[in-house]
Amino acid sequence: MSLADEKVKLLEQKALDIRRSIIEMLIEAKSGHTAGPLDMTDIFTYLYFHALKHDQKNPSWQYRDRLVLSNGHICPVLYATLAHAGYFPLSELNTLRKLGSRLQGHPHREWLSMLETSSGPLGSGLSQTVGMALADRIDNGRTSGKQFYCLMSDGELDCGNSWEGAMLAGKEKLQNLTAIIDRNNIQIDGFTEDIMPLNPLADKWRAWNWHVQEVDGHNFRDIDRAIGEAHAVFDKPSVIIAYTIPSKGIPEFERKFEWHGKPPTTPGEIEAAHKALKEIRTMGGKVESPHHS
Amino acid sequence: MLNPDQKLNPKLFDADVEQIYIRTGFGEGLLKAGEMDQRVVGLCADLVESTHMLGFKMKFPERYIEIGVAEQNLATVASGMAAMGKIPFMTSYAMFSPGRNWEQIRTTICYNNVPVKIAGAHAGISVGPDGGTHQALEDMAIMRALPRMVVISPCDSIEARKATIAAAKTPDPTYIRLAREKTPVMTTDDTPFQIGKAQIVFKSKNSSSKNSVGIIATGALLYKALKVAKKLDEEGKNVTVLNVSTIKPLDEQAIIHLAHETRALVTVEEHQIAGGMGSAVAECLAAHFPVPIEFIGVKDQFGQSGRPDELIELYEMGEKHIYQAVQKVLIRK
Repeated sequence: MSLADEKVKLLEQKALDIRRSIIEMLIEAKSGHTAGPLDMTDIFTYLYFHALKHDQKNPSWQYRDRLVLSNGHICPVLYATLAHAGYFPLSELNTLRKLGSRLQGHPHREWLSMLETSSGPLGSGLSQTVGMALADRIDNGRTSGKQFYCLMSDGELDCGNSWEGAMLAGKEKLQNLTAIIDRNNIQIDGFTEDIMPLNPLADKWRAWNWHVQEVDGHNFRDIDRAIGEAHAVFDKPSVIIAYTIPSKGIPEFERKFEWHGKPPTTPGEIEAAHKALKEIRTMGGKVESPHHS
Repeated sequence: MLNPDQKLNPKLFDADVEQIYIRTGFGEGLLKAGEMDQRVVGLCADLVESTHMLGFKMKFPERYIEIGVAEQNLATVASGMAAMGKIPFMTSYAMFSPGRNWEQIRTTICYNNVPVKIAGAHAGISVGPDGGTHQALEDMAIMRALPRMVVISPCDSIEARKATIAAAKTPDPTYIRLAREKTPVMTTDDTPFQIGKAQIVFKSKNSSSKNSVGIIATGALLYKALKVAKKLDEEGKNVTVLNVSTIKPLDEQAIIHLAHETRALVTVEEHQIAGGMGSAVAECLAAHFPVPIEFIGVKDQFGQSGRPDELIELYEMGEKHIYQAVQKVLIRK
């Protein structure tokens, strides 16, 4: 059963709100990453406002699903989503990367207790998620009802640790584990296929005994169908390769790897970001374009 | 003489003193910890027998995870399990864990502040014939530099057993350093052990202050320190030996007290001098009560293949070298 129209509309509106917050945060912080947070906004929105079993009033609820952000540098989208989901006030988003803020430049679990882990150094999130799923299996068997999600970047698949975790998850048949890869094709120094080719990416995961799906990372129905299938697969972990547009929401920055690791700072860049902020209210039209039908 | 309060092995100085792998004590302790607390889980990187985790694996197969030769995965999977309330013990050789996975230990264990216990086997030059690639001589330095990490270097099998059981009861990230070879059993079941507490194991009856010296040792080399102390005692020196089995948190009170009493120290460890136990002692005393110190340890070198006893001599960590270091530091008083 696909998502109802009303639900898609609600998610689209949430995603617009979150994108607006991300852009405002980056302009205010004057440092941070632009491309990844904006391209993963739809997936974060879908997870926190539809798929995840969680309770913002009781973040340590033991039966919650676990979501690990492996590529911690896209944390503006994590923080903005958590704030919009009610974990902390929206006003706190302005403190990103400032002295004493809970919103560290890369996520710090100890200071922001609703996080499942700290991250930043790449390539270690999947293994931690594997460890969580294994621990849960020891306590509750293979049908605990909890889902374990790991959000990863394509660039961090250069790290050997990522593949070590993938091998173990395949070996252990962790069917309640779903990795979602932000396949935006960029990393700091350039396009992924120039820096360190990953293709054929789907084949690599299949070879480690994962169930593989490829989706449009900006299409809520596509994401929803893939998550549903991931939950239905019983004897394998699932990976969803989500094709995304880097910096989605600021047309001048979209698809450019140069925006991987910097915020808008020059007058021209800030103007482009403000223009996007102004237009973001009309982006509902864009999201409803044929691409997102 | 041996400190009677320590209830050390009465046959300690006998030629046929019992020798057991320090790893054996770890394995016994892990089994005990597993029996006492079902949150204890074991993870190993393809060295389950060698790191003496096999007993735990056999007894608790459902609580054992075989990781394969992937030490970065070892640390990060352990971190994830700890986040779910487990007390993971992870083992490999010290050269690979914490040698290869230091950043994962830093970020996912220490920064996250989760109770993962890291046992690094085959530490020190006495690994012997395997050669320089496998002789971890920097592990204590890289572990003690990490905020929150507790660093324990047991002197023998019994102390390793106690350290392992004690580590399982704390919420702290902990590193336990284990040697490869069988080493003399110096302590007994009745010897006191507490994480963070150094123990005076030898104290002369000689009262000379001019000839007073303290030897601070960690790990299996404590045995050589004790033998040197016995000889010095017989020669009329006033020698005290302190067993520092917890490198971090360092028992500063005991070290400062020893410095006050003796005004000359020798540190003894099977580790690079840079960054090891001696460095920790020097940091403490430079700030609180500076006295001359001589350092026994590896001098900014890699090891090589050879018999453990040959290597200990070649790299100047033998009884002769400890004895000479004492003479040297006494001149510096």
